[in-house]
Amino acid sequence: MTAYLRPTDDAHAIALRAAHADYLVLAGGTDLLVAAHHKPVPVGILDIAGRFAGITVDAAGARIGAGTSWRAIATSAELAATWPILPAAAREVGALQIQTRGTIGGNLATSSPVGDGLPVLLALDATIHLASVRGARTVPYHQFCTGYRTTALGADELITAVTVPRPAPGTYLGWRKVGTRAAQSISKVMAACALEIVDGRIATARFGVGAVAARPIRAAAAEAAATGQPPTAAVAAAVAAALRHDITPIDDVRSTAAYRLEVAGNLLARFVTNAGRTQG
Amino acid sequence: MSAPSGPVGRSLPRVDGVAKVTGAARYLDDLPLAGVHHGVTVRSTIAHGTFDGLDLDPAFDWSQVVVVTADRLAWGAGLAAGGFGENYVAMIDRDQPALVPPGGRIKHVAEPLALIAAPTKALALAARAACTPRQTARPAVLTIDDALRADVVLYGDDNVFKQFLIRKGHADDDEFDLAMVAAAQIIEGTYHTGAQEQMYIEPQAMAAWKDGAVHVAGSMQCPYYVHKALKVLLGCGADDVVVAQTVTGGGFGGKEEYPSMLAAHCVMLTSAVGAPVKMVYERDEDIAATTKRHPARVRHRLGLDADGAIVAIDVDVVFDGGAYLTLSPVVLSRGVLHAAGPYRAPVVRVRGRAVATNHPPHGAFRGFGAPQTTFAYERQIDKAARALGVAPWAYRTRHALRPGDTTATGQRLEHSVGTDDILAAIAKVAGPPPARTGENAHGAPVVRGRGYAFYFHGAGFTGSGEQRLAGKASVVARPDGTVAVLASSTDMGQGAITIFAQIAADALGLPPSAIVVPDPATDVVPDSGPTVASRTAMVVGGLVERAATALKARVEAWAAGAGVAGDFTARAAAMIAAGAGLDAHGALAETVQYEPPPGIHWDDATYTGQAYPCFGWAGCLVDVEVDRDTHQVAITRCVHAVDVGKAINPVIVAGQIEGGTVQALGWAVLESVRYKDGKVTNASMTNCIVPTFGDVPDLETIIVECPYPFGPHGAKGVGEIPMDGPAAAVANALEDALGVAFDHVPILPEDIARALAGAS
Repeated sequence: MTAYLRPTDDAHAIALRAAHADYLVLAGGTDLLVAAHHKPVPVGILDIAGRFAGITVDAAGARIGAGTSWRAIATSAELAATWPILPAAAREVGALQIQTRGTIGGNLATSSPVGDGLPVLLALDATIHLASVRGARTVPYHQFCTGYRTTALGADELITAVTVPRPAPGTYLGWRKVGTRAAQSISKVMAACALEIVDGRIATARFGVGAVAARPIRAAAAEAAATGQPPTAAVAAAVAAALRHDITPIDDVRSTAAYRLEVAGNLLARFVTNAGRTQG
Repeated sequence: MSAPSGPVGRSLPRVDGVAKVTGAARYLDDLPLAGVHHGVTVRSTIAHGTFDGLDLDPAFDWSQVVVVTADRLAWGAGLAAGGFGENYVAMIDRDQPALVPPGGRIKHVAEPLALIAAPTKALALAARAACTPRQTARPAVLTIDDALRADVVLYGDDNVFKQFLIRKGHADDDEFDLAMVAAAQIIEGTYHTGAQEQMYIEPQAMAAWKDGAVHVAGSMQCPYYVHKALKVLLGCGADDVVVAQTVTGGGFGGKEEYPSMLAAHCVMLTSAVGAPVKMVYERDEDIAATTKRHPARVRHRLGLDADGAIVAIDVDVVFDGGAYLTLSPVVLSRGVLHAAGPYRAPVVRVRGRAVATNHPPHGAFRGFGAPQTTFAYERQIDKAARALGVAPWAYRTRHALRPGDTTATGQRLEHSVGTDDILAAIAKVAGPPPARTGENAHGAPVVRGRGYAFYFHGAGFTGSGEQRLAGKASVVARPDGTVAVLASSTDMGQGAITIFAQIAADALGLPPSAIVVPDPATDVVPDSGPTVASRTAMVVGGLVERAATALKARVEAWAAGAGVAGDFTARAAAMIAAGAGLDAHGALAETVQYEPPPGIHWDDATYTGQAYPCFGWAGCLVDVEVDRDTHQVAITRCVHAVDVGKAINPVIVAGQIEGGTVQALGWAVLESVRYKDGKVTNASMTNCIVPTFGDVPDLETIIVECPYPFGPHGAKGVGEIPMDGPAAAVANALEDALGVAFDHVPILPEDIARALAGAS
């Protein structure tokens, strides 16, 4: 039989995690219950559903508790006002039922290459907050994913929150998911961007892409191709070309490497030209 | 539509609607069955080879588990002797074993090799994990070309399950060639359509137990098909086995063949366990193992004269039947009978073959062979219009069949030809095509296009099928004051029992609430034929109307003689009280049998004559928008006009049209069952994609009524025709938008990307 533990408060959750590092953590349960069909029965379950939840926004940025549901993110007016791509991505996670159960922390911990919330967090330069009985620490999100479904999360740690800074003035934020159908789909390609435009040039560029590598990644070559350049069609094409050095898409049951390569480039190029139009 | 005087023609709520919406409806898995054991299936993992035996893990506790392999059963002994009859799933042929015996030949992945029953499903699944079938693989036949080459022979000596040849206006191939050579131009194409999963919401589910007779209950379309198969499997008489349909959560053809297999398994297990056994498939198992739409390759040549009229049509149809014959010959028959399309042509040659491969058997799916050939001919007609520089709808208007014209089989069309009404209905609402280019909400450039399709669908069984079937239905006034319609037609969500109540009530002058339609069970209802072929409203509904009319006449005649006044209910009650003409149940029953309309002639040998009693007709207009960044196709508009003869219940009819349209649009641009080495690689709802409401526009549905004189109130078929044409309309719209021909479905964004890369 599988053991089951439900902590009484956040500190208790952290204590239980230290004592039961071999248990599976249940946040929303949306990955865990799918896995129940084809994965070995876990030794135990640490049910932290409802813990570490809530959104707070201040002058520095937004703090989203790891246990915050996608539904809460999708419907947050405060997030929508400054980080509209976060609610936009949240609205494309699974179905309404999944959005209501599933959490941002769960998405981060599972760290699937097709995790719908992840490219946006890369583009927004998010920081991941971790806690254990040993203490709390933070990890920049672009260093958090270490490989295919592996992360910097320690065996005794829980994700407590995600923070995102306020974008610099004049920053264009973009997001697009290309799924297998219009709703309730797994992504073929995802991309998000934050392009800070200063005096008609891209001062800083962050591109987060998903489903085109073993983990969600920042597209460094594409960012380099954009940085310091005006957001023109020619630069857009250069960004798309440079992206080929960043990603390693594959053929699988949902799409083809060729399609993913082309479309990921098109999405980034479109971000650049859209950013240019906002300058108009 | 004129205002209805009785229940027929009214959009009455579905009889089963409240129970389904509130969750009160009990599906098979919801039913309490005392002491039930749970059955699971051990399946092959190779496409072709031999089953060498089953290894059981000695470390596993087998004490509460029953394992059945075919060699453990007493075949040939018959039910009366405590054994079984023949190890086949009896349909048309007897080539498909219910369970491959040790030493026997495996012909596809996911073929049943052994059955397991245990008191809990978890234990049964654990036991399955402790079983390892030993298998020896052989070279497999995985494509239509492999099958036709016949280096590996799976069926007969050439892998051909069935072939048909239709000749119109010529005696032999030489004469045909002369007609084609005379054409001013020839439009030629090869069209590929893929497998499609029915994706009914309720997976395959069945239970069996013994209580005097052998009882089987479950999710199914055709109780008498299961009954027939079990008589062979058990080696018993008709009364020794009772088959009952339970509330069925969708079928779409997917519960036409396979329930006979599942019923056989439940029966084998219940015999071995000595307790009731139920089997409910997991979704991945259902997708991996059960029937899908036949993949098809259709080569089509259209010979045109200088004015664009068709002088000859040449079609070569090949369906991938999968590993066993199942119903492939019948599916192929419908495919070839529709392959020339609803267009005038003096000379037509259609050759059709269904071939054996090492895929799981392909089978019935809404449209039943017609969608595959409709896709081909409606692409061809579009290409012809394009080549001639004629507007596509105008070309169809000029050359479509009208009364007095003959089809490919020489069937002269007289009544109920909806061509002009359909053409006018589409033309009336079409409006201007969408702007060629634009931009979507992502800032991406888009290109747009419009496509059309026009098509027909034979209603009821092919040729002399309805006569051979001789379906029956009864209407019964019972001592408790109710009136029952007894028919074996199943309601799987399409509204059969609601329209039966409407038709019977209309004939008897009663409110529909006075009519009950009991769940079909073979010991209660007569064999009305299967719930397939768009025949339920037209054929069985007609039987219900005739039986009700006869019952009313009998009661009224008696009442007039006896001087009894009142409505039908009062007079029937008096007649029952008087004991006049009662059946064994103390009821007044009228049973009628199908009679063909006058003048139906069909020759199975030459495939000529009246292929169907009548046709439904339909037209579809589709506007598409293609995102140039992602190559995703948005269907922005879909108008579908369908001639159903008479809408017995307009909301149900509209629901059938809209549901079929969505299924067809999904087949066109989303749905792809992927096989690798004979195995379905996307056997999950996550990856075997079907449309959501987000994928379809608001559908513009137009019901056209060109009555069929021999159908109830003029009704003909509606269930399948909406599936036939929209895929071609989508492909035609994409060619209009992109200037590139797409001759296959599904047309995925990856295909568009590849085609555009190749074209540039």
